[in-house]
Amino acid sequence: MIKRQAVIVGGGPAGLAAALRMKENGIDDILILEREHLPGGILRQCIHDGFGLTRFEESLSGPEYAQRFIDRANEAGIECWTDCTVLDVSKDKVVTAVSKVHGFLQISAQAVLLTMGCRERTRGALATPGTRPSGVYTAGVAQAYINLQNIMVGKEVVILGSGDIGLIMARRLTLEGAHVKGVYEVQPYPNGLPRNIEQCLNDYHIPLHLSHTVIEIRGRERLSSVVVAACDEHFRPIPGTEEEIPCDTLILSVGLIPENELTLGAGIELDPRTRGAFVDENCQTAVPGIFAAGNVLHVHDLVDFVSLEAEALADSAARYLKEGGLTPCPLTVVAGSDVGHVIPQKVSGTKDFTLWLRVRRPLNGVSVVVRQGGRELLRKKMRKALPAEMIQLSIKAQKLTQDADVEVSVE
Amino acid sequence: MPSYDVIIIGGGVIGSAIARELTRYRLSVGVLEKESDVCTQTSGRNTGMLHAGFLYKTGSLKAQCAVEGNLEFDAVAKELDVPFKRTGKLIVGFTEEHRERLLTMIERGKANGVPGMELIDRKRMDEIDPSAGGNFAIYCPTSGILDPFLYTIALAENAVQNGAAYHLYTKVTGHEVLADGTHLLHTDGKGDFTCRWVINSAGLHSAEISEMLGIPGYKIQPVKGEYFVLDKKAGVYAKIPVYPAPTPKNTFDTHATPTVDGNVLVGPNSFNVDDGEDYSVRQVGMDGLQESGARMFKHMKRDYYIRTFAGARPKRVDPETGEIQDFLIERRDEVPGVINLVGIESPGLTSALPIARRVVKLLEEKESLTPNPSFNPVRRGIRRFHGLSAEEQAELIRENPDYGEIVCRCETVTRAEIIAAIHNPLGVCTVNGIKVRTRASMGRCQGGYCETRITALIREELGKAVPDVRLGSGDSYMFTGYVREGEQA
Repeated sequence: MIKRQAVIVGGGPAGLAAALRMKENGIDDILILEREHLPGGILRQCIHDGFGLTRFEESLSGPEYAQRFIDRANEAGIECWTDCTVLDVSKDKVVTAVSKVHGFLQISAQAVLLTMGCRERTRGALATPGTRPSGVYTAGVAQAYINLQNIMVGKEVVILGSGDIGLIMARRLTLEGAHVKGVYEVQPYPNGLPRNIEQCLNDYHIPLHLSHTVIEIRGRERLSSVVVAACDEHFRPIPGTEEEIPCDTLILSVGLIPENELTLGAGIELDPRTRGAFVDENCQTAVPGIFAAGNVLHVHDLVDFVSLEAEALADSAARYLKEGGLTPCPLTVVAGSDVGHVIPQKVSGTKDFTLWLRVRRPLNGVSVVVRQGGRELLRKKMRKALPAEMIQLSIKAQKLTQDADVEVSVE
Repeated sequence: MPSYDVIIIGGGVIGSAIARELTRYRLSVGVLEKESDVCTQTSGRNTGMLHAGFLYKTGSLKAQCAVEGNLEFDAVAKELDVPFKRTGKLIVGFTEEHRERLLTMIERGKANGVPGMELIDRKRMDEIDPSAGGNFAIYCPTSGILDPFLYTIALAENAVQNGAAYHLYTKVTGHEVLADGTHLLHTDGKGDFTCRWVINSAGLHSAEISEMLGIPGYKIQPVKGEYFVLDKKAGVYAKIPVYPAPTPKNTFDTHATPTVDGNVLVGPNSFNVDDGEDYSVRQVGMDGLQESGARMFKHMKRDYYIRTFAGARPKRVDPETGEIQDFLIERRDEVPGVINLVGIESPGLTSALPIARRVVKLLEEKESLTPNPSFNPVRRGIRRFHGLSAEEQAELIRENPDYGEIVCRCETVTRAEIIAAIHNPLGVCTVNGIKVRTRASMGRCQGGYCETRITALIREELGKAVPDVRLGSGDSYMFTGYVREGEQA
């Protein structure tokens, strides 16, 4: 069995940023395992710009953003095995993987960094009624065909869901000559970032229909039409509002799910709110030495924050490797009213930490309040808070005690 | 013009079993299938149950064939290399009325020759499967589960291996009998075929084909059923198929059945339709399945949905009364050279080989058959990577490095398996064809990761142009062309 100090599962933005920071922290024995032919993860197919505005203060395409990390990783001599799929991560940190070149691998690691990203919610999970013809694609699959394989998926397009990839694809398909008839979102507010609504829909006069959904898919061989309807506040279609829209393509952008099959295999419990692992302020899961960051932990809005979170993970993982363990984190961080989820879910009370959260619904003129045992630690006033945008708060150790849980709420 | 001793119309599980059984003799056999593959209709759209045979009227063909097919299936599965588990089955009851019906069912099972059925209490049920609903149950040890796609494919491939020829996308549109008694079949775009014998195993269309061949008067009533497929995360709770006590009409409502691969099927409901090939699912149907499914399976919930599907059972009904009738397998002297099968529905999967043997017998009444000395009943499927031990996986990759490239992450399907499936003996070249042969894209991400890879492999391996890649039957094209011409990726 091969022995390694740190194995990183996934060479996307989180894995690359974590590897580089580990190296800077003096950890040299690092191996990234990447299932694709090239590192970079989902960024490889995101050829639009807008990446790096926070981190680099310039607007990069996805491949450009990834390349900055890939170049640095190459310079630093970080090993990355591509075309290598991890099949299992065990509780005692044995990573099982396969590749054509390396064959069947078992690697015993001192630390395992889970940076597998996320996957898309599917039509099957939605259980949309109707037939199952060709021409129904998730936004990311359509993006891969168009941007990586030069293949056009259709001509007359309806988009269900207003997630960011769906919005980006509305623009992309339009630019390549398809007719995007409209975007339908079951929620009364858009799911994607305001800038994408502006730049991908409004600029191209693509209508966004809020509180609407697809209630039936038609066509036996290729998709021939969808039936849309307005929905009430319980997301139930309102009878009499049905409209049949002829189309040959339906793009689904109905949510991202952290890809945690390996995490579960290691016996790590998932938070039903984030659908990622429960982690402490060190990004460490319940299994000491197994860490998680990026979209596998909770779905981010911007890749810049994925990189940032992965670097925080790397600092902790490096400390874990050097010191043989990390400070216990017995305090729970509770998501209070109108808070969708929080990361981390556990803290020590002795260390500064970054709190990441999303609100449950769009809110105006609110404050995000962090309390410990009834004592207010921090209050951030927000003119506008959207579920699409992640909120970050820095909590200082000197304000914390070690005797009570921390609660975050929106008031 | 292609000419065969025997032409089988319809290459589902019945047609393929007949083709396979006929290749035991010195006969040339052709199968005409209108779809893109052998398991796209009724044969692939069901629960995958190996029925025990207790539900059917004693003495009926359904009862005889199911019991016969059930008892031999361990050997059949081994011979054809198809996944099969003899799980047993629970038929659960809640009320005294249910208990009465279950006791009647045990009696019927005994009369039909079904071994080992017994009424058990909740305590025994908990030992067998604590996830099952109900207060008491029949335990039937001989019921089992199989992969209906792979079983149909295995029969067809074994037939091909022994000399049969499959013609896909070949829909029979007309029939004539020539002066010398030869049958001439017209097809939709694939030319004419001649043969000495025609066998009608056209499933949903068996009454139409029967009439075309000169035997009018039958009626098929398609009875549709909708299903949910649940994630393997739900499958860990499902140990055994759980059926409710039969309705007063002696049919079953929604049941929960584990699949051989570890998913759970919840369904089917049951309702008459005019068009048996309309496989759409309805909101009202799924709402009903969620509710009735939860009574059979305590872990039925939305989080576990990965797919829905529907199928239709071609029931032969009395044209006057609408009453459901038995399987029909006939040869009539006044319609020479025709063997007619009408209304082969559930338990057709279990009964396929027994039905095929009865067809051979009918043919043998008219001509003596010479055994085919090179007939080989053993067929090997694609070697699966998933489920092997670490040593076996390592060895496979050493033998064929393509086993080291995972194409479908959810179901752990490798490039080697996809390539073997693309070059399948039947010449099926659709994305769905690869799916049912390998399980690629059947997992929880439903192709989100692997579909782009599979379509690329289909193009590379078969030299197909982008617009010619098909999802499934008919003109189910996947792509409209290149984004930029002349810049092929």
